[in-house]
Amino acid sequence: MTTPVLSVRDLAIDFSVGGERVPAVHAVDFDLHAGEVLAIVGESGSGKSVTSLAVLGLLPDNATVTGRILVDGTNVVGASERDFAAIRGRKVSMIFQDPSNALDPVFTVGYQIIEMLKRHGQGMSGAERRARAVELLRMVELPDPEDRLGYYPHQLSGGQAQRVMIAMALACDPEVLIADEPTTALDVTVQREILDVLRRLQARTNAAILLITHDMGVVADLADRVVVMRAGRIEETADVRSIFTAPRAEYTRALLAAVPRIGTGDRGTAALAEERPVLEVEGLVVEYRNRRGRHVRAVDGVSLHIRAGEMLALVGESGSGKSTIGKSVLGLAPVAEGRVVVVGVDLRRASRSEARAVKKRIGVVFQNPTAALDPRRTIGQSIGEPLRVHLGLRGTELAGRVSGLLEAVELPSAWSSRYPHELSGGQRQRVAIARAVALDPLLLIADEPTSALDVSVQATVLDLLRRLQQQFRFACLFISHDLAVVDALCDRVVVLHRGGIVEEGERRRVLTAPEHDYTRRLLAAAPVPDPDEQARRRGEPLAG
Amino acid sequence: MSEQLAPQQAPLVAPADRSMWATLRARPLFWICSVALAILAAIAILPGPIAGMFGQPDPRACDLSQSALEPGGAHVFGTDLQGCDIFANVIYGTQTSLFIGLLTTILCLAIAMVLGTIAGYYGGFADRVVARLTDVFLGFPFLLGAIVVLNGLGTRSAVTVSLVIAFFSWPTLARLVRSSVRTVRSTEYVQAAQAMGLRDRRILLDHVIPNSLGPVLAIATTMVGSVIVAESTLTFLGVGLRAPSISWGLQLSTAQSYFQSEPHLLVFPSIFLTVTVLSLITLGDILRDALDPKGRS
Repeated sequence: MTTPVLSVRDLAIDFSVGGERVPAVHAVDFDLHAGEVLAIVGESGSGKSVTSLAVLGLLPDNATVTGRILVDGTNVVGASERDFAAIRGRKVSMIFQDPSNALDPVFTVGYQIIEMLKRHGQGMSGAERRARAVELLRMVELPDPEDRLGYYPHQLSGGQAQRVMIAMALACDPEVLIADEPTTALDVTVQREILDVLRRLQARTNAAILLITHDMGVVADLADRVVVMRAGRIEETADVRSIFTAPRAEYTRALLAAVPRIGTGDRGTAALAEERPVLEVEGLVVEYRNRRGRHVRAVDGVSLHIRAGEMLALVGESGSGKSTIGKSVLGLAPVAEGRVVVVGVDLRRASRSEARAVKKRIGVVFQNPTAALDPRRTIGQSIGEPLRVHLGLRGTELAGRVSGLLEAVELPSAWSSRYPHELSGGQRQRVAIARAVALDPLLLIADEPTSALDVSVQATVLDLLRRLQQQFRFACLFISHDLAVVDALCDRVVVLHRGGIVEEGERRRVLTAPEHDYTRRLLAAAPVPDPDEQARRRGEPLAG
Repeated sequence: MSEQLAPQQAPLVAPADRSMWATLRARPLFWICSVALAILAAIAILPGPIAGMFGQPDPRACDLSQSALEPGGAHVFGTDLQGCDIFANVIYGTQTSLFIGLLTTILCLAIAMVLGTIAGYYGGFADRVVARLTDVFLGFPFLLGAIVVLNGLGTRSAVTVSLVIAFFSWPTLARLVRSSVRTVRSTEYVQAAQAMGLRDRRILLDHVIPNSLGPVLAIATTMVGSVIVAESTLTFLGVGLRAPSISWGLQLSTAQSYFQSEPHLLVFPSIFLTVTVLSLITLGDILRDALDPKGRS
């Protein structure tokens, strides 16, 4: 084999925090060859991003790097800022997770690409730079590249912005492209397009790609070889097929087992009592006013119902209105038309005290457990708040109920005096769930409760939700973009697209025999953790 | 599936004592600032005895033949142009200056908290009204406004001067409160509280105000110093405190024209002002850290 373009040997990275040395990465070795896609997989805190930042010398000042990082044969560990400037962009370039924040909003796309060319590609005339910018945009398959040069970032969709970022990263023909979670902030159908662009680019330019990701589906889709990292160490390095078919490390096996897949493990549908639905939504229209005072319809004529003990999934991409529906049930969205009826009470017509009485019986879990808990209150205070306010509990009685709830979500009851920042993401989400079920709700609204969590933590939180649902028998509106998660948890599925329902039905039916094109497209776009299946899918164009 | 895959980040034993008081107690700066402020408070309450400790109990006992003496001898801080003892003047000025500085800041803070919170939390019409109101006050030149209002008032005391300064200084603070409240309002824990059916009053008092107070307190503590200086400007222009009054501001504004020939006229009142402002700012920072659970060790 040829010499690798990037070679990492015995890399160790420590951070000094408040006088203490905190090891982040230890004894990491890998090689990246030209024309190869190497994926570094791991959960948060595994050191995968830190490793990639070390290659570009982008670590903060309190980091100490030891070992060797050979970029094209030159060691860059301990290199000066000036040496790195010669490497960044020309030999190694990077694309980041969130494309909308990575572009400067006050300059046009063309200006930003040409700026990059000015900085790195000396000896090009203005016309040449412009031609190169157009060529780059064409390479990332952006339609009408000449016109797009004059666009401002806000005029691009998330996927288009990410393509521009890729174009900028490729501007100086780097040998290594580091992609740090390049599709995590994007919808699945857009993710699929970006992955396709990356694959075709790589075939054309023969650049090596270092892909940092937590998503096993993306790994299966794009990678040739895989490095599995955990807690700063490499657990396993192997080619992509052996990782998925014959994982050697215990951790890899556990990680793969935690990834939810559509159509695995059949489970019975809950037997439902034929009674009045807990939640009825009829002809719901939600309109927001934008800055110019125009009305924008986020939800357009949606009707749905959930019975007691049923879990209904609301599935769709960003902008489909799924979260807005959840918010309008909670009274947090401006409902323009339609009815939202919870246990027989129309929330729009009800008096304030009636509405408050109904809200007591609705629990809510949000996506980001860090933001969902007041940072100034202990988790015991947060969980106890609904009990204190609505039931008037105090003192030992309150403390008893709080510790009972903590135990119900499998956290030690002694933790009630801790603050949210002392807990991990999964633990915080458990606290949020405990608060949501504190008043024995009839209806639980869960808005992407696991999408901010690592995959193994996601599995445990989903387990917890399922168990609590069986225990408390609440109706659940489960909002998600992840069809595999929905398959693991819900009874019925409603698919939303641009504020309207495109398909509705029993979970099995919708996920295995979808009737609507959009549902099929969603299903086909979500990458599955199986390289052979992904290779087969790649051959088929996206429906629609 | 167990949680073993996720590393347990939180320590298993909670730190023993994490109360606010324990955190404050452990910080030497807290004690330094508290002692400095306690001394200033004592001076403000008992100016006579403290000035008397250095033999000059009367700030108004001036002797023109002793004009602008250097520090030393009977006059520890020297004398000013009128031959008055600077030490006695600084000591007696503490009361007025601290009173005006603190009262004005508290008034501003109160107005700003109420209006800013209403504007930030409810938005819409209330927000627009408050926004225009602050625009009007910010657009109005402070000095001109203060001169007009103070000239219109018959009696002028430390209270009226405070009221006038507060009247023209609350808008900046109100805007800060508003933007701070808006950030907190959109967080998910406030949404969760709303979804729980809590009353607005409770949400505001329990969640919104405590979480939006940090940046506001930081600015408010720095305000005390600028208010003390603002009072001196007004007094210098003849619309602030009347002549027999004694304040640091008054001393600073008379001293500034003689700074090159008689620096000690400026230095001593300035030291007191700086110590006051620095102690308040530092104490504000320490309090903010102690109120934030993440800042507690």
